[in-house]
Amino acid sequence: MFRSINNSQDELITIYFEGRALSVSKDHNVATALLEAGISNFRKTALNNESRGPYCMMGVCFDCLININGIDNQQSCMIQVSGGMKIKRQIINTLGIGE
Amino acid sequence: MNSAEYDIIIIGAGPAGISATILAEQYKASVLVLDENCAPGGQIYRAIEKNQKKAYAWLGQSYQDGLPLVEAFRKSRVDYRHSATVWHLSNTKTVHYCVNGRTHSVKGRQILIATGAQERPFPILGWTLSGVMSAGAAQILLKESGVVCENAVFIGTGPLLYLIAHQYISAGIPIKAIIDTTPRSNYFRAIKYGFGALRSIKSILQGWRWKREILKSGTLYISNINGVRINGSDSVESIEYFQKGKWRNISCKHVFLHQGVVPEINTSLSVGCDKSWNERQACWTIDVNQYGQSSVSGISVAGDASSIAGGVAAAQRGSIAALNMLCNIDIISSRDRGVLSKPFKKKLRAEMIARAFIETLFKPHSRYRIPQDSETIICRCEEVTLAQIKESIDLGCKGPSQLKSFTRCGMGPCQGRFCGLSVTEILAKELGVGAKQVGYYNIRPPIKPITLGELASLDET
Repeated sequence: MFRSINNSQDELITIYFEGRALSVSKDHNVATALLEAGISNFRKTALNNESRGPYCMMGVCFDCLININGIDNQQSCMIQVSGGMKIKRQIINTLGIGE
Repeated sequence: MNSAEYDIIIIGAGPAGISATILAEQYKASVLVLDENCAPGGQIYRAIEKNQKKAYAWLGQSYQDGLPLVEAFRKSRVDYRHSATVWHLSNTKTVHYCVNGRTHSVKGRQILIATGAQERPFPILGWTLSGVMSAGAAQILLKESGVVCENAVFIGTGPLLYLIAHQYISAGIPIKAIIDTTPRSNYFRAIKYGFGALRSIKSILQGWRWKREILKSGTLYISNINGVRINGSDSVESIEYFQKGKWRNISCKHVFLHQGVVPEINTSLSVGCDKSWNERQACWTIDVNQYGQSSVSGISVAGDASSIAGGVAAAQRGSIAALNMLCNIDIISSRDRGVLSKPFKKKLRAEMIARAFIETLFKPHSRYRIPQDSETIICRCEEVTLAQIKESIDLGCKGPSQLKSFTRCGMGPCQGRFCGLSVTEILAKELGVGAKQVGYYNIRPPIKPITLGELASLDET
């Protein structure tokens, strides 16, 4: 289980994952915020429909791709959270068309 | 399209990029620094300014040592663009980069590639399951966000694995188990380099101390194994390791993998820099001369982006490369370059003394680089398995670029960064030739995926 060890009062903001409101540190990137909220399935692969989540956390592997505010293929480990952000699990079929 | 021009463009703000910047600025060169991260420091000194206020002692002295470097960088008056992704670098020394969805184009008289390292691929069964991350990712979560993972299993070999485990234990975070994949035979092979290593006894002792403290903490520590795999249907459920004739199971939800780091070569290869296969490091390195100059005129490569030697060495190589670039554009003479680079070269030599020992000791076992289980995924992006690669070889596939046409292996968004090394070594083994002969993917721009919108915004800049 992921958890924060910051005792300092990080400023919190609200983001939404699959419609669920999450209160997260405003300094987190999207991937970290979701991991801390217990979410590790970020997307389904196009070919085999397998669940994937962040692997490298430094913008190399592209496994943390997710839908942010209606746009697919966002690198969640490289994007800071912002208030009201709407995040959805990314499900793209082999034709490259989001559901 | 207006292209601004700089004397020197530096890609990457880790120790190499920062040191080069500070030196180039001293000689009044105009410098642009482009970095993908939101703050300077690279991966090694990631978020160091933020963490200074929190004074996390357990992040260790080698991390704290980066602060003066980052502070000096902040004081410099160079142009610094953070959160900037370089997606094209031409041999006419034009750089295209993206910030906030907009593309910018800029020209440099000299370019320094200081893009650092990435984790070596760890292709074992189950390494793509959600819940499996690299140990580097665990360190990034810790440094960047103060986020840790309780009861995870750490699998692999190399200094970074012990470092992160030691940081966890020092911070009181429970670790379910550490599975050490260091081959026992490596210890014997490394002995012949032991004498050299003795001259940098400090870092060897530090590693020893980490390991002793990990063992003392009572954490389950397993070594001398003959295989490891990760199980789960949708996400991680357990790991298994093979020891004394049978598979043994540990249930867990999170796994961190690590077997060393390798140079980020895509940027250098995209502009045509020559590379070599390094057998001791089992990876490609970019060919540079003693001043970091690559085979392409006006393009230098410094730090781990050319070959792995760590953060302190990277800082020296960055400074040396800066002096060479200053000389190339006639800001200093070649005599000055020689004299001024001496102290950096001396420090670099001292840093390199223990490398042979470390590289030999932590060279990952071939079974974790060249998997045997046919269902192992090699290309994470395009979900290509070892079986598919072998099938292509049977059909006559002779090299990495051809393999792309056969299987799409290496054609996903990471652009081969997490399968390229495995593909080279698998092909070499199957075809019975050397890795050098097999070669690597042809790397072409864009070196990071961009949207059509980002591409279209180019004309407006």
